[in-house]
Amino acid sequence: MSLWEFFLASRAELLQLSLEHLFLVAVSTGIAVVLGIPLGILLTRSPSLSKPVMGFANIMQTVPSLALFGFLIPLNVYVLHVRVLGGIGAHTAVVALVLYALLPIIRNTFTGIESVDPAIREAGRAMGMTGSQLLFQVEMPLALGFILAGVRVATVISVGTATIAAAIDAGGLGRYIFRGLRMNDNTLILAGAVPAALMALGADFILGKIERVYRAPVALRLRRLIWAAMVLVAAGGVWLAVMAYPGKQGERIAVGSKDFTEQIILGELMAQLIESHAGLSVRRRFDLGGNLAHEALLAGEIDVYPEYTGTGLTVILRRKPLSDAKTVYETVKEQYADRFGVEWLTPFGFNNTFAILVRGDDARRLHLQRISDIARYAPAWRAGFGQDFMSRPDGYQGFIRAYGLKFKEAREMDLSLTYRALAQGQVDVIAGNSTDGLIARQGLFQLADDRSYFPPYDAAPLVRQETLARFPVLRDVLNLLGGAISVAEMRELNFQVDGEGRDVKQVAAEFLRAKGLDQPQKFTRVRGPQPAAP
Amino acid sequence: MSSAKSRETRDVIMVNSEETQGAIQFEGVSFTLPSGKALLEDLSLAVHEGETLILLGRSGSGKTTTMKLINRLLDPTRGRVLVEGRATTDWDPIRLRRRIGYVIQEIGLFPHFTVAQNIGLVPRLERWDDDRIRERVDTLLELVGLDPRIFPHRYPQELSGGQRQRVGVARALAADPPIVLLDEPFGALDPITRREIQREFLALQRRLRKTVVFVTHDVREAFFLATRIGLLKDGKILLLGTPTDLLRSQEPEAHSFTACLRDPEPVPGAP
Repeated sequence: MSLWEFFLASRAELLQLSLEHLFLVAVSTGIAVVLGIPLGILLTRSPSLSKPVMGFANIMQTVPSLALFGFLIPLNVYVLHVRVLGGIGAHTAVVALVLYALLPIIRNTFTGIESVDPAIREAGRAMGMTGSQLLFQVEMPLALGFILAGVRVATVISVGTATIAAAIDAGGLGRYIFRGLRMNDNTLILAGAVPAALMALGADFILGKIERVYRAPVALRLRRLIWAAMVLVAAGGVWLAVMAYPGKQGERIAVGSKDFTEQIILGELMAQLIESHAGLSVRRRFDLGGNLAHEALLAGEIDVYPEYTGTGLTVILRRKPLSDAKTVYETVKEQYADRFGVEWLTPFGFNNTFAILVRGDDARRLHLQRISDIARYAPAWRAGFGQDFMSRPDGYQGFIRAYGLKFKEAREMDLSLTYRALAQGQVDVIAGNSTDGLIARQGLFQLADDRSYFPPYDAAPLVRQETLARFPVLRDVLNLLGGAISVAEMRELNFQVDGEGRDVKQVAAEFLRAKGLDQPQKFTRVRGPQPAAP
Repeated sequence: MSSAKSRETRDVIMVNSEETQGAIQFEGVSFTLPSGKALLEDLSLAVHEGETLILLGRSGSGKTTTMKLINRLLDPTRGRVLVEGRATTDWDPIRLRRRIGYVIQEIGLFPHFTVAQNIGLVPRLERWDDDRIRERVDTLLELVGLDPRIFPHRYPQELSGGQRQRVGVARALAADPPIVLLDEPFGALDPITRREIQREFLALQRRLRKTVVFVTHDVREAFFLATRIGLLKDGKILLLGTPTDLLRSQEPEAHSFTACLRDPEPVPGAP
């Protein structure tokens, strides 16, 4: 599908995402202006502050966005029952964007005022102007060109960085970009990137115009600008308050997921099941980047999300990889309950681990079944591995040692390219993910891990114990999916979405129907504390 | 308010003045930088009401420092400066400065203000109503020889150097201050315009009779405008008297300056 066709086909969604994006940029830049300009002025008044403040703003610019989110999500700051800091959603995205936008505004305000000719400042003082008269009638108007240039830079930066908001369920054009990266779909990436770039150019152009107009005098216009910024911020504040307001949340279960297809499918399966079987309404908060789903679960922003035992063990609990699936599951179950108040429910039934793949015809021709079987061919073979596999503790180094392999060549390449390279005969063996939809479609064969080298990554629902106490029915409902999804089935589901480009909701609904899980069974809906027996 | 204040002022003067009464008095004033460098040492002088006192000296002799002590852009580190009989440190600096007109080289005009806004600045700060400000601006423009039909809406960068300087003088006179300070106001002008504007200034001063303190290093300008001249060197006053006193002085520094008078008038454009 060409980019243009895509735009036409999804113009409603495009418009919505663009508006969300614009809102994020406008609100965050507005707040950054209201904070940054006074801060910049303050720095000109007490230069001793300039080092720490500018240092802080500089450091904020260098903090990677996911790390910043990881820091912001666990915070808990309420103003009048509305969470203003912490959690996932637009308000946290705005906080991060404000922190990124502050530097250019503070710096330009400071530089602009400092660059006012001292003779002019002295003339003002000698004329009997008070400090604030000098500031508002002389220094600020003369620095306005600088200040507006700073606002312009901040806005353009914000348009770019606001794409990361999609990582914490705050919407915006980043949705397309993340989805496109996940599905290796250039059209989708462009569908997010092109409107964002146009928006940046547009903002730059308009603010450039304003800058030229304001380069002319005078104080009155400055006041109007400040008012406009204030109104913008007030409107943004109301919007954020509405977004963040708990509302009917007492009745709602928030289901989350990480930001790749399999996770979203699992999230959708759980969400549909909760809706039909527990009769609770569900808020879907999918697509959370990095380990933000974990942070969000601990912060109570989501109640449920799918996780892998191996990830829980090595990434969250920071333990050494273990090879026995049962031991891993029991370890994470116990540790999560103790440390986080989170329960691991019954695993879905598939293990999404590294899959050592060869071409199907090679497997048939050479009678390959297990990884050990390839040891004799390896010296003549070329291997292609993703960056992740090459660098992980449970990746390449341990792998060749465990099986005593020696490849003619081992090339490091992008994971998505390894499949193509294998199919085209450029490499002979690759390490994919066992649930990848492409495995079946491209006639690849997964060799058995006969020495149990790869740690298990069994997928299972994670639920907050607090949520389970309020809605005990959830345990039974989600356990309906326990053991219900085989590796082959997960591959097929992934392929339906990634390969065929089908809608996740439909794919999930079909699967539930095929499994006979679309009809509510006899679970009683339990809301809040149980009433005493009559 | 004015009568009460002037009575009070006079009382203070009676107490503080020794022989000469003045609109401005320096009593043993020193000004030392935090680094310990003395810019002004033990200066005592009085500026009489309605006279033009020229502070003459080389660069770095303390002229501008003396000036800034009057409108309290600086506070003395020793001694005190009295304006209308009251120590500057007892004045509210904002009130004090609005009673003192101030002209510096052309650069002091606000580039983002029109001529009218520049001239009307102090009246506006003093909350005059708009009509009165407009009237005042027109009067002052005429006073300094600029056409009030043309100039009010121009910006400083649209004016010639001489016009800017006239606007600077008009701005200093806007709220009719009893005292006017001028810090090398005509220094950046070409010699012909400078002479022209000096003539106008002299005529203006004969009419208005302000108490004027005028800083310059140009001895011709000093002789042309002065009622009295104060000769400064290295932060000390060497001589305070009429131009004639200066001519007769045996002081070597006075000689250096008066020698310049005997040089031929510099020709514009000549090396």
